[in-house]
Amino acid sequence: MPERSFVPSRGLVASLAVIALPLALALWASFAGETFYVTLATRIAILGLAATGLNLALGLGGLVSLGHAAFFGIGGYVAGIVASHAMEGTSVLGLPAISEMAYVWLLAAVAAGLFALVMGAISLRTSGVAFIMITLAFAQMIFYLAIAWPGYGGEDGLPITLRNGFFGLRTMRPMPFFLISFGALLFGLALFAVLKASRFGAALQAARQNGVRLASLGVEPFRIRLVAFVLSGMITALAGALYADLNRFVSPSMLSWHMSGELIVLVVLGGVGRLAGPLAGATLYVLLEHVLGGLTERWQFFLGLALLAVVLLGRGGLMSLLAPKGVRHG
Amino acid sequence: MTPLLEISDLTAFYGASQALFGVDLAVNEGEVVALAGRNGMGKTTTIRAVCGLATARARALRFAGRDLSGVAPHKIARLGLGLVPEGRRCFRSLSVRENLLVAARKGPWTLARVEALFPRLAERRDQSAGLLSGGEQQMVAIGRALMTNPRLLVLDEATEGLAPLIRHEIWSAIRALKGESLSIIVVDKTLSELLPVADRCTVLANGRTVWTGRPADLDRDMQVRYLGV
Repeated sequence: MPERSFVPSRGLVASLAVIALPLALALWASFAGETFYVTLATRIAILGLAATGLNLALGLGGLVSLGHAAFFGIGGYVAGIVASHAMEGTSVLGLPAISEMAYVWLLAAVAAGLFALVMGAISLRTSGVAFIMITLAFAQMIFYLAIAWPGYGGEDGLPITLRNGFFGLRTMRPMPFFLISFGALLFGLALFAVLKASRFGAALQAARQNGVRLASLGVEPFRIRLVAFVLSGMITALAGALYADLNRFVSPSMLSWHMSGELIVLVVLGGVGRLAGPLAGATLYVLLEHVLGGLTERWQFFLGLALLAVVLLGRGGLMSLLAPKGVRHG
Repeated sequence: MTPLLEISDLTAFYGASQALFGVDLAVNEGEVVALAGRNGMGKTTTIRAVCGLATARARALRFAGRDLSGVAPHKIARLGLGLVPEGRRCFRSLSVRENLLVAARKGPWTLARVEALFPRLAERRDQSAGLLSGGEQQMVAIGRALMTNPRLLVLDEATEGLAPLIRHEIWSAIRALKGESLSIIVVDKTLSELLPVADRCTVLANGRTVWTGRPADLDRDMQVRYLGV
């Protein structure tokens, strides 16, 4: 093989730039003493992580789930419930309530993973509109359960007095909490990149393009999709746990179908199936919300226009504007 | 000796309309069988039925000693049936390498051997399969099936619509595979290229097997009647 000097592709550069943006924003804000913008960057990172989870199912697997709010909310409620029991010094379902993020994330991932397994085992036997409706129905079930369960705040939601801890870091301060969230985002992105480049990722994309053809080669699409769906739900639940800690509050709105829709919007806005797509979508979404929300209460109207523009003109989302899809992309 | 693939009296339906009325086909270990017939006579439906992709009934439908009726397509493939579908259907967004590896199973066929059989694929390793020429995509489809290390390779119209030079390459690959005693079913319309490769030939007409025998015994009259030569 002849020696080749490494030339980073435009896709890789664009992805790195998008990933570096919330970090740069948080660092600048921290030095300038503008803690509000640190929190804004944290929101970007967490929503980006939630959408990265969805991107695994939607982008690689072509699974249009309208139920990912369930995983986001399960993560949020696990964080809230553990934190509130830890305050009271009581246990949760026989498990100790340790107000430690690593523990919360583990519980959130297990709970969401099990829920995704059941949801996927049923919904993945269908496709198209039926799949969308079944995922929606599962999420609505959890949504109404949360509303009807007064023990954890019901419709009013559950406040988190103190954020869960992280190995002694001062998580109540904006910058340490941002760094934890950003670390989680990097983990999610790395997992996505590794899976996408793996044989599993190839099979998942092949199942999206033609499941029957994949089956005729001896690989059952259902199992591949189910594994992807479960992993996808777990990543989104991790983001949900962080989101609850960020807001120090969790309510049924995290479980509502608007949330599921919002996650789809983030992925489509940024670029379906692209590594940094969901993060790019989350960045634009949060910044639009902030800038336009300051000018008009009807900011969602302009978000709608931006979405239209991206879908009609950009096709592949923001990422394809930054780095048009050539032979391969990052 | 029981044949590797044994089909007798196979019938199949597309919705309400019957497509196959009684197909008989057998492939012995190490044999190359040509499945011939005009368009719409049931060649592809027969193959789809064998792969579990079409609902079918048969007096016997056995592969490698196993009854295939009601078995899911991915399980049939895992028994060792390697399908190269009509119309060179690659996974377009995957790279050539990913296409080859996506369904690979252990056995004598490796990436290196497939790339030796089709050197063009080694050159195009990292390209999206969707950007390849038709002939190269066909090579990917054949390579992909070989990577599953099948006991029986099924080539459905592998050379259709390809330029002469590429056809030539594909046919020499098929001859190379025959040389390794791989069992193969070849569906093709070009008899001049198909018959010299085949050990036996089965001719379909109107969803039935009308003739089976050695290619040399397929006389001019038969060719005109059933194959439209």
